[in-house]
Amino acid sequence: MPLIKNGAEAEDVWKYTPDDEPLHGVGSYTVSLERYVMEASSFREGNHTIGVRLKPDDDPAALEPYLDGLALIEIDFPKYTDGRGYSQAQLLRRRYGYEGELRAVGHVLRDQIFYMNRSGFDAYETAHADLGSVLEALSEYSAVYQPGADDRKPVHALRHKS
Amino acid sequence: MYRYDEFDARIVKERVDQFRGQVDRRLSGEILEDEFKPLRLQNGVYLQLHAYMLRVAIPYGQLSSRQLRRLAVIARDYDRGYGHFTTRQNIQFNWVGLKDIPDILESLAEVEMHAIQTSGNCIRNVTSDHFAGAAADELMDPRPWCEIIRQWSTFHPEFAFLPRKFKIAVTAAEHDRAAIRVHDIGLHIREKDGVTGFEVLVGGGQGRTPHIAALVNEFVPETEILDYLEAIMRVYNRHGRRDNKYKARIKILVAELGHEEFTRQVNEEYAAQRSHEKIDLPGGEIERVHAYFAPPEFADKPAVSEGFERAKAADPAFARWADANLHPHKVPGYASVTISLKPVGGVAGDATDAQMMVAAHLAETYAFDDIRVTHAQNLVLAHVALDDLYDVYRELDAAGLSTPNESRITDMIVCPGLDYCNLANARSIPVGQAIQEVFKDPDYEADIGKLHINISGCINACGHHHVGHIGVLGVDKKGEEFYQITLGGRADEKAVVGDIAGPGLKADDVPGAVKRIVDTYRDLRTSREERFIDALERIGHEPFKEAIYAAD
Repeated sequence: MPLIKNGAEAEDVWKYTPDDEPLHGVGSYTVSLERYVMEASSFREGNHTIGVRLKPDDDPAALEPYLDGLALIEIDFPKYTDGRGYSQAQLLRRRYGYEGELRAVGHVLRDQIFYMNRSGFDAYETAHADLGSVLEALSEYSAVYQPGADDRKPVHALRHKS
Repeated sequence: MYRYDEFDARIVKERVDQFRGQVDRRLSGEILEDEFKPLRLQNGVYLQLHAYMLRVAIPYGQLSSRQLRRLAVIARDYDRGYGHFTTRQNIQFNWVGLKDIPDILESLAEVEMHAIQTSGNCIRNVTSDHFAGAAADELMDPRPWCEIIRQWSTFHPEFAFLPRKFKIAVTAAEHDRAAIRVHDIGLHIREKDGVTGFEVLVGGGQGRTPHIAALVNEFVPETEILDYLEAIMRVYNRHGRRDNKYKARIKILVAELGHEEFTRQVNEEYAAQRSHEKIDLPGGEIERVHAYFAPPEFADKPAVSEGFERAKAADPAFARWADANLHPHKVPGYASVTISLKPVGGVAGDATDAQMMVAAHLAETYAFDDIRVTHAQNLVLAHVALDDLYDVYRELDAAGLSTPNESRITDMIVCPGLDYCNLANARSIPVGQAIQEVFKDPDYEADIGKLHINISGCINACGHHHVGHIGVLGVDKKGEEFYQITLGGRADEKAVVGDIAGPGLKADDVPGAVKRIVDTYRDLRTSREERFIDALERIGHEPFKEAIYAAD
């Protein structure tokens, strides 16, 4: 599936592996939160690069002890209407200080991408939007009313520059 | 009132451009209705039984004459010459063409209006007391905080796809005219040791499982209220149910977790929020927004107007209207005027383009350019000098806007029902009209006094039947419309959900049953001073229930 990362098309080296499948060969894999937490120490010693894929009801706080060693967290949107991933992303970035790649996967539509970006995502795996429309979506609004996980300053701060 | 600065104007303009692109893609067939639905739904565009419906936001019900005139022009040019004011203090146009909506939104943007978040599972229009800034019983004007909350909630990136829609109401008066206890979040502005803050209630709502909101915090200081709201929203966004849309409102989360556990989770989230994601609204911003709502320059006037008293003595119809439709003002010599949109035989909340023009003219000439939409679907001129009331009345009367029934039995909240809505099980409008017909004698109605009848055409309760003193709910029984009567509901500071009185009635039997309830009240009240709802509370529901099912 096409991957757009930091505003450009990117090659996807990661593969999601379900809990009941072993990790084959040397490579980059994402696994479920449960599996990651259970096997974290062996993952760190192994030959693989391991990331995590969060389901909507996963608590991102469980990842807090491991964030330094993580290169990728995927947040799954099984349906675009399920907005729990936005809170997970905000918490990972702002509360727990995660700095690696944060990728939206699943039902990722063009018109969700502005909100996703503001919530801290920097990569989108989407069958529903091409690069042009993603870039357009990212720049649709030039001012915002709230602080987010991006670097945009809210208008209340811009109005009262000291 | 609030005026857009360059940032507000830019955001609304960018929204229009965005939606124009989306509509173009839809009309050209590039995207299908299924993909278009989430886009139009965040722009207030619904596909109704007969046509597209556009819902335009009227933040906390506040309009200038320029804005109301623009709504009139849209009603005239793009709809069938009228608009429908809603219980969320918004306006709906029921007959617009999809291709025209981008132009309508552009026209609205010119007068600092929009349709952002008037639908969809996001934070909807913040509502408030329609007498804000005028009522004698308010602590302060709640509108500046409504505006601050409006801005914070607009395109909030974390809360655009909540489990379900989300409604916030704000009041600053002891008598709650904003129905805050039947909102997802109700805020009551308080003062403590010289600091302004908010009493926070969460989990009220109507629909198929009505709940009265629970107190989760007695006092959140004003500088922290957005953080507190954000904490509530995050708990709800993460843990609210998404498996069943009828159990997805925050009221169900509060009920399932229990009040204590919900409060604990919110307070825990709030503490973390304050140390990590604190919003830090500058003090200057709070002042900036408040400055827009400075009181107008009222003239020094005596509390009694001789001209007003003389006109009442000379014109009984004016006296009757003044008795029903005026509300006490905090400044001597002024009153707040309700413009009833509930004429007998009309459609609750409908106003023609010509009527909107008249209301705009009156606001500009007599009322400091200030019009409000009420959640009971009427209009209000908040600040009118008593000396001017007779002139105002005569213009209203000539425009068919002088119905003297504010908060009386023919001033009903009525949802669109099966005549317009594809969710409805039964018609609402004709039932309301038939009840009005029984009580149309103004002396009879005046004798009954304050009494709220609310009518919904289905269990979703858009007509607020749960909190009507008398509620009427349309249900479908094997293809036939039946109406269930509830008693004793109220939406004010003593909010309570009405009791179902018994088996449903056929449409034809509803007006007679309501008349028997009302006549039972008139027999049993201690005096005309005892309102229907107070008599019901004192006596209990039994005699009224019996009256419903008594044969004529």
